[in-house]
Amino acid sequence: MPAALSVSSLGKRYGRTVALDDVGLEVAPGELVGLLGPNGAGKSTLVKIVCGLVRPSAGRALVCGAPAGSREARRALGYLAELFRFPGWARAEEVLVLHQRLTGSDGGAAERAALLEQVDLLQARARRVEAMSKGMQQRLGIAQALVGSPRLLLLDEPTSALDPVGRRMVRELLERLRERGVAVLLNSHLLSEVELVCDRVAILSGGRVVAAGRPADLVHAGGVEIETADGVRRFERARRDEVPGLVAELVAAGERIYGVRLLTSSLEEAYLDAVGGRQDEDERRLTPDDAVAVPRGEAS
Amino acid sequence: MSGAVVVAGYALRESVRRRVFVVVVLLTLLFLGLFAFATAKVFEHTGDFTIGRNIGTLDATGLVAATMLGLGMFATLFLATVLAVFLTLGAVRGDAERGLLQPLVVRPLGRTSLLVGRFVAAASVCAAYVALVYAGTLLIVHQASGRWPDTVVGPGLALIGASAVIVALALLGSVFLSATANGIVTFMLFGAGLVAGLMQSIADAIGSHSLGQIAHAISIALPFEALYQAGLHALTANQTGFTGALIQLGPFGSAHAGGPWLDLWAVVYVLLAGALAAWGFARRDL
Repeated sequence: MPAALSVSSLGKRYGRTVALDDVGLEVAPGELVGLLGPNGAGKSTLVKIVCGLVRPSAGRALVCGAPAGSREARRALGYLAELFRFPGWARAEEVLVLHQRLTGSDGGAAERAALLEQVDLLQARARRVEAMSKGMQQRLGIAQALVGSPRLLLLDEPTSALDPVGRRMVRELLERLRERGVAVLLNSHLLSEVELVCDRVAILSGGRVVAAGRPADLVHAGGVEIETADGVRRFERARRDEVPGLVAELVAAGERIYGVRLLTSSLEEAYLDAVGGRQDEDERRLTPDDAVAVPRGEAS
Repeated sequence: MSGAVVVAGYALRESVRRRVFVVVVLLTLLFLGLFAFATAKVFEHTGDFTIGRNIGTLDATGLVAATMLGLGMFATLFLATVLAVFLTLGAVRGDAERGLLQPLVVRPLGRTSLLVGRFVAAASVCAAYVALVYAGTLLIVHQASGRWPDTVVGPGLALIGASAVIVALALLGSVFLSATANGIVTFMLFGAGLVAGLMQSIADAIGSHSLGQIAHAISIALPFEALYQAGLHALTANQTGFTGALIQLGPFGSAHAGGPWLDLWAVVYVLLAGALAAWGFARRDL
């Protein structure tokens, strides 16, 4: 079975501006891949090339084995644009009927009801788009992207207008899609969301993939904090298996131990490292080799 | 092609739901009412127009009827142009800028089908509109004068063809221009065509061959004008003598008949505009 998405040496230029440069990315069937990067990194351009809205300047993208933009590729994918709009006069169900016709879906009313149910809009099926909140429109956009049971789902900031409940609903929906073998490329600024649901993450910066891998692989060990009577002591490079030895040394030195905490970097820190951003908490890692004594009252 | 049919149906439903047709029908009824009133008043005085003047074999009723029919044709084309432009001015770039187009274009229907669907919808609406308004003006003039034009169907078909050309031009413009710029350009082209028609009349009146050639070239470059002129000519094709000459020299007369070559050129023109629009749309990043 071909990859749901295979991108190799992909490039896009707008005049002198390089939007994408030699980008490679694979998404396997049933895999959920997050696309991260600062504004202008090329995330939306990549997604638009995959769904045929933008023509690449170099390289190629295949959707389920078919060239991106071809009829076969478009038949295999569902897409939610970052900035989209449905006609205000249309009712929720009419939007889905239109997309069923354009997709050639024979799911009929049952498919529409199931999709609206999944995004919690079944009660609003007869409501006009212009009478919907932004969040409802975004959920309708997700339902629209799922019309015709796509094998690859491209979601460009799908939760930007959603409240926490809506975001959770989308996370659960994505997990159900993964179980059904649907591949998802999720473009989001919400790192915590990506960390929660994605199998893999690709970080773009300046049009290039600067880091890629499982979220657990991208984050790294951040040391150990041991709370003693004198305050919190940090061992920046210590790993989990070194904790018993460190505790034993401290006890042998007459320290009283009140707590031990393993530190790991977050995906946000990994992201900022990858894109060259500054961390707010750089001071926490000033001494690479030794412990730093922090007065007890300042320990958090 | 089924995708084009879906898009055409969608565009028509949009016009219905946005109450475009309600507004158009109400304003058109208002126009026809005013036209009927003006026509009735004109023919009330047509008798005075002939009495006391030594103008030989002038058929005053025929002259006035032809002028009113020409006015009706001009108004019909103008209203159809307004309709055509507003139905299509933002079909591609305008809808893309508003985010309406992207969810449709990523579907398997294809960009050319989308253009074809939009053209079919707008051209069908304009054709039906032109047919109804043209028929209305014929009936009004007939009611007031007892006259029918020399040719009834031909001028109507010419107007329908002219409106289809304008739809094609507006759709082509929508690929390359923003909605506002496209509307301005299309109306300016419409105006340029009308000026060419008037230049043609002036050229005929003063016998200026070069001016006539320029006007003719413009009307071929903008074939909605050539079709309109052909329609005007067909209205009074059988008028001869002094009356015929007066009609041709008037603002709503034309000495230029159409013919199969013009019809063929109009069809080729629409196809060329469509091909250029499809080419431009296919290359456009959205």
